[in-house]
Amino acid sequence: MDTIKEMLSLSLILASFRFATPLILAALGGIFSERSGVINIALEGMMLFGAFAAAYGSSINGNPWTGVLFAIIAGLMFGAIHALVCVVFKADQIVVGTGINIFATGLTIFLLQVLFNVKGTSPMVARLPFMRIFDVRFSVLTYVALILVPIVWYFFFKTSWGLRIRSIGEHPAAADTLGVKVNRWRFISVLMSGVLAGLAGAHLSIGDGSAFVREMSAGRGFIALAAMIFGKWHPVGAFGAAMLFGYAEAVAVRVDFPFIPSELISAIPYILTIVILAGFFGKSTPPAADGEPYTKGEN
Amino acid sequence: MLEVKIVENRWDHIKSMMTNFGISLLSIVVALIFGIFFILLTDQSPVTAYQALYHGAFGSFSNILNTLWRSTPLILTGLAFALPFRAGLINIGAEGQLLMGGFAAGVAGYVFTSLPGFIHLPLAILIGMLAGALWGGLPGLLKAKFGSNEVITTIMLNHIAIALTINYGINKLRTSSRMATPEIEPSAALLRFKEIPKHPIWGKLPFADIFTNPGIRLHMNFVLAIIAAIILWYILFKTTLGYEMRAVGFNSDGAEYGGIKPGKSMFITMFLGGAVAGLAGAGEALGTHLSFMSGMDAGYGFTGIAVALIGQTHPIGVIFGGLLFGALNQGGLEMQFAGVPSEIVNIIQALVIFFVASLQILKMYLRKRKEKEGVE
Repeated sequence: MDTIKEMLSLSLILASFRFATPLILAALGGIFSERSGVINIALEGMMLFGAFAAAYGSSINGNPWTGVLFAIIAGLMFGAIHALVCVVFKADQIVVGTGINIFATGLTIFLLQVLFNVKGTSPMVARLPFMRIFDVRFSVLTYVALILVPIVWYFFFKTSWGLRIRSIGEHPAAADTLGVKVNRWRFISVLMSGVLAGLAGAHLSIGDGSAFVREMSAGRGFIALAAMIFGKWHPVGAFGAAMLFGYAEAVAVRVDFPFIPSELISAIPYILTIVILAGFFGKSTPPAADGEPYTKGEN
Repeated sequence: MLEVKIVENRWDHIKSMMTNFGISLLSIVVALIFGIFFILLTDQSPVTAYQALYHGAFGSFSNILNTLWRSTPLILTGLAFALPFRAGLINIGAEGQLLMGGFAAGVAGYVFTSLPGFIHLPLAILIGMLAGALWGGLPGLLKAKFGSNEVITTIMLNHIAIALTINYGINKLRTSSRMATPEIEPSAALLRFKEIPKHPIWGKLPFADIFTNPGIRLHMNFVLAIIAAIILWYILFKTTLGYEMRAVGFNSDGAEYGGIKPGKSMFITMFLGGAVAGLAGAGEALGTHLSFMSGMDAGYGFTGIAVALIGQTHPIGVIFGGLLFGALNQGGLEMQFAGVPSEIVNIIQALVIFFVASLQILKMYLRKRKEKEGVE
């Protein structure tokens, strides 16, 4: 009984917002990229590099907003690599995504040594302001994430730019004949995806914590990917899934279960994703041209 | 006429192999050149750094053997990516398959206490391979039955494997503060080369004494990895099964029209891929660490993708890709001593991935030019 009470406690539910923040941001990033037709399994690496850049920016002048700016630039840089190799050179998007993840792990530990002269954890840096609700700390980025959900939804489903991105993800050749610059929009979408993943990283290092720790993204980029799929590539759906996974993480951290070991509760998002991909909760279908490079005049 | 045709095809085949080889070589060279920029950030001389890298990898007999040791799991995870790739599947799950294999082999290595070595060791290896094979076969099956995207399922299975083996398994089974399962019985250990001089049988070899340096970490799993590569090459290119796999990879619908069951090929290729990744884990557990240890996967599953690409997803090419990346990993240590963070190596490896992947466009360009010539 106590367990159930604990699971439904207000503080736990509020805490899941904190855990869900990076998932929401990165999942929205994933939607940008994949709705335009570029698979992005590099969210993990973009998030990690964003987290590092945020901590570094914040350490330069003690202003956490510099950190946010750096995280955005970091996201843009990694987004640009992904877009350059995938959209311009038409390389295999999954392979490149994996490359970016390896790159991020190596680069952040390398830069920790070059810039901070440490191997594991950066020095403490200034963190973003937060507001307490019922004794749970909400970083500014949590509010940003929550506000972005309806904005991204509006962008994709109520504006012509959003329609363009969706159309090039479904049928690039048709969009092309209507005068939409397919590869330019894809490039922009992947950049956006980097920015959002970078912000997700900033939440980890200077929103929720106040230091960068090596490999601190710890698979959250992949959970965000799962949230995106679970939410069927829809901003509101992805938000719901991210909240569910954030809640699962909060439960795993805070609640002692009598039967299921807490180490296994953290695997729930992954198991759910496999189940939904197998079509048990209604089919989750990616945009039709997701993963296919576009060359004018070929399709 | 027919004779000419065959000769022409063979010439084309050689040409395409040369292009592939050239792309791999060019990518490595360009990646090393880009690496100079990162070395300069550390205020060290790139010459010293690369000298240290080379010396660490090939500077002495022991270093060369340790390069082979480091390349062992990479060859195997490279194969785990390459084989499904030939059947049109992307296996991002070698990491999880390696963990499951390593965990299963590590547990089998200590729970059986009274088995003779000639039963215990093969049994532990087979259990490890089977665990990896099942972890790889599952996404293959889901793909065949439900059309689940194998990229996502394998990524998810990686994280489930981490939760199962490292977070839960080790916590449950460990007997000391070390984040590892209990040490395996000697009967389950793979032969280490440094033990050869004192070994009752192998020690009789006339050249046994060259392995006396206790710093040699190479063990028998390297030999198993080479054998695995040759077996997979044979399956892929010399058997009907392999022909079917390649046909599915080339054109799944066409293969089905020709009477091949794509689902079967998908499952088998993922099962086999998982098995070799499982062997990588088993080798690390039974040869390198003598237990299943947290962190022993060391990203091999992902680096394996680069290894496979460098080897142009050809099983024999993968051996060379593995050796190259093993040399980078081994030499990276010496670079660290020379004051350059060894993570440069990861950066170079990632750059290699970007360049190999980007340069495929060159192949597309060459093919198109040829088609045009054919039309004119």
